[in-house]
Amino acid sequence: MVKIVLRRLIQLAVTLIALMTLVFFWLRSLPGGPVDALLGERATPQTRETLIRALGYDRPIWVQYGHFVENVVTGDFGNSIRTGEPVTAVISRAFPATVELAIAAIVIAVGLGIPLGYLAARHHGRLLDNATIVVTLIGISVPIFFLGYLLKDWLTQGIHFFPPSGRISTGTDNTDVTGFFVLDGLLTREFDASADALWHLVLPALTLATIPLAIIVRITRASVLDVLDEDYIRTADAKGLRDATIRKRHVLRNALLPVVTTIGLQTGALLAGAVLTEKVYNWGGLGTLITDSISGGRDYPVLQALILLAAVVFIVVNLLVDLSYAVIDPRVRVS
Amino acid sequence: MRAPRMRTHRLRAVIAAGAVAAMTIGAAGCAKSDRDSGAGKDTTGGTFIFAGAGDPKNFDPIFNDDGESFRPIRQMYDTLVTHKPGTAELTGGLAESWANDPTGKIWTFKLRQGVKFHDGTALDATAVCANFDRWYNMKGEAAQSQMIYYADVFGGFAGSPDAVYDNCTAPDASTAVLTLKRYKGAFPGAFALTAFSIASPAAIKQYDGDTVKQSGDSFSYSAFATDHPTGTGAFTYGGWNKATGEITLNRNPDYWGEKAKVDKMIIKVIKDENTRKQELRAGTVQAIDFPAPADRKALAGEGYHVLERPAFNILYLGINQKNNPKLKDLRVRQAIAYALNRAQLVQTKGPGGSAVADQFLPSSVLGYAPDVQKYDYSVDKAKQLLADAGATGLTLNFYYPTEVSRPYMPNPQEIFTVLANDLQAAGIKVTGVPRPWNGGFKDDVQQFGKQDLHILGWTGDYNDPGNFVGTFFGRPKIEFGDQAMTDMFTAIDKADATVDQAAKKAAFEQVNRDLASKWLPAVPIWHAPPALVTTKNVQGLVPSPLTAETFNTVSITK
Repeated sequence: MVKIVLRRLIQLAVTLIALMTLVFFWLRSLPGGPVDALLGERATPQTRETLIRALGYDRPIWVQYGHFVENVVTGDFGNSIRTGEPVTAVISRAFPATVELAIAAIVIAVGLGIPLGYLAARHHGRLLDNATIVVTLIGISVPIFFLGYLLKDWLTQGIHFFPPSGRISTGTDNTDVTGFFVLDGLLTREFDASADALWHLVLPALTLATIPLAIIVRITRASVLDVLDEDYIRTADAKGLRDATIRKRHVLRNALLPVVTTIGLQTGALLAGAVLTEKVYNWGGLGTLITDSISGGRDYPVLQALILLAAVVFIVVNLLVDLSYAVIDPRVRVS
Repeated sequence: MRAPRMRTHRLRAVIAAGAVAAMTIGAAGCAKSDRDSGAGKDTTGGTFIFAGAGDPKNFDPIFNDDGESFRPIRQMYDTLVTHKPGTAELTGGLAESWANDPTGKIWTFKLRQGVKFHDGTALDATAVCANFDRWYNMKGEAAQSQMIYYADVFGGFAGSPDAVYDNCTAPDASTAVLTLKRYKGAFPGAFALTAFSIASPAAIKQYDGDTVKQSGDSFSYSAFATDHPTGTGAFTYGGWNKATGEITLNRNPDYWGEKAKVDKMIIKVIKDENTRKQELRAGTVQAIDFPAPADRKALAGEGYHVLERPAFNILYLGINQKNNPKLKDLRVRQAIAYALNRAQLVQTKGPGGSAVADQFLPSSVLGYAPDVQKYDYSVDKAKQLLADAGATGLTLNFYYPTEVSRPYMPNPQEIFTVLANDLQAAGIKVTGVPRPWNGGFKDDVQQFGKQDLHILGWTGDYNDPGNFVGTFFGRPKIEFGDQAMTDMFTAIDKADATVDQAAKKAAFEQVNRDLASKWLPAVPIWHAPPALVTTKNVQGLVPSPLTAETFNTVSITK
């Protein structure tokens, strides 16, 4: 186990160094840049030159790269070009928003997906099963953007059942402890704020959960069907074991292995989905930050840090998936 | 509010578990949004929530040049000279009156009595001069590179031969005398620029306002700019919650002018146009800026107040003479002008209230000439001129921006399509080149001059012809490849340097006539008024042609 983790950490370091270099040069090879965005339309050519010098963009690219590496090694990711805040502050403010949204989406996807997939498999070939297949197919094929706007149009316009955007009602004086608004409200006993934040979370979480939910349902269904066909299930049944015991100990436990892998793989997809979902719901998390940093004028320092962060999250989640294998499947531990 | 810190993995896991628990416990809870609390019981009080379209950069007026930063800044600060509500006409701000000597180099301001900054210090002539001195003596390239308006209007900083500023003196507490090295046509209009708002010298000193630090390849601003903006305006600073994108402003009970009718104002940043509209319909915000032209009619039909600003902008088709020698021929440029069916473009793609432009400034600006040569749509004339110039079968590339919507250009792609079709109909072959606004368009067009044709425009900053035609054609620009048009630069320069206002007006009228008939470095397309939309219960919001609204006049009724 320790060996696995160590090997992965070395892989992580190598990946990050390669990625850092790639991102640095790739960003600077793109047309346009922060100078354009910062200067707006009023700047004189002299101001432009002053800014280029002030930002150090007149130095050779390898000198800039040297400074960049030096700073990253010391944990300094620089400041956002647009707002002048430290990048770490910008990202740590957006991070809880996205994690809150992602957790809510995973809870919905796993909480509904596994039981639905199991039920569909148990009713193989019947109405419930066929309906599940059709609905999940729709779930997988509807673009997030479209679904987000659809939900918003139905449930926030005219009937005002849900708020159209944001994480909490404008003007709410909530205390920010962890950045997770739902949790903060519980910690500070501001239950109204907590409920309000949760209410704001429903539509974005549903939107983001759709694709992973559909995939988890399908994988669970297929996996359970496979396991139900296994000899040991028939043996257990013949031995006269109770249905609940067979379900829990034999069917689900064996069927969950590919599902866990899927949940891990979906984390990456969740991050990508979050970009679109956050745009639709003005969510103010990492997805919004990525969009803003690119179209709002190539905020190099923020983008660099975000891409590295995404890589770390991705690799760590994959590591956790591998380790959870060992928990679920004893054969992995032995090997 | 304390900003959350990055946490260890373990703590994150605990929090995650907590959030999951919270999700499942509270899933049935429906919170009552506080949207109802915004409405006051009568015409005063309450909270006014305005949806802005982007984050401000910071709140120090001099370091900003974009509308989203100026929106909150304008509520907290005042300028020496300002505009009459709803017009571009100058009127007294912090200065009750102002006078210029015959040389045009000395400006004398008579200041209002009894005005106080939000920190309680007095606004007097010494404070005004301290602001002028501060800008001129600003040290460091990081700070100077962010003072875009200052560099443009005042020419440069201490030690620069191009600097216009000489000194500022305070003969008595209510008189500030500004002396310039040479006459500058931008004044007095430019005194009304939000960037030149007057800030409290005490607060600047206390919160280290002159320090713009450089870190790696970016800057960080002082506490004055980020947390303690201190002006004389109708609202005081109440905080910027970056996690929710809310800027809070509180009513200033000691304001010298018309005191704000609402207790509080929140500017909520919502970048997506469609979401702004949905929030308005949900009643969670009471005013939005820059609605899509297509939505205006629908919103008006639903009973919302659609407030059109008087147009103070221009969209033009730029012609670059550098890459294709045929474009150096005036007849070819005239052919392009005749080929465009601008009246139809205004009707089909223009925001409500748009009008065809026949020159590069709106009619409310000094020097507008009613008798310029017009280019009414005529394919035959266009073809004839092309034939005369030996330019039949002309092929041109046409750059247009994507990922952007500007008040004068809400839908660049659609505008391009219509114009390109018009040109094709006149026998000019057009190759469209789309480029992201911040991802190459501005560079390609203004730095490298890769284009033959492009669309671009401008919203005026202050009421002066130099701010329009001077900006575009006052000096050679890569954008137009017009280095050879020296008589145009000379004429604009001369008009701009004319001190006598009547003579200046006549000189600029002639410039506008010549721009249309003799030079035609670009083709003016339209003036398009951007709009604001408010809910039915919002009264008293006066739209400004310069998008320089102040919200002290706004009240909310039941």
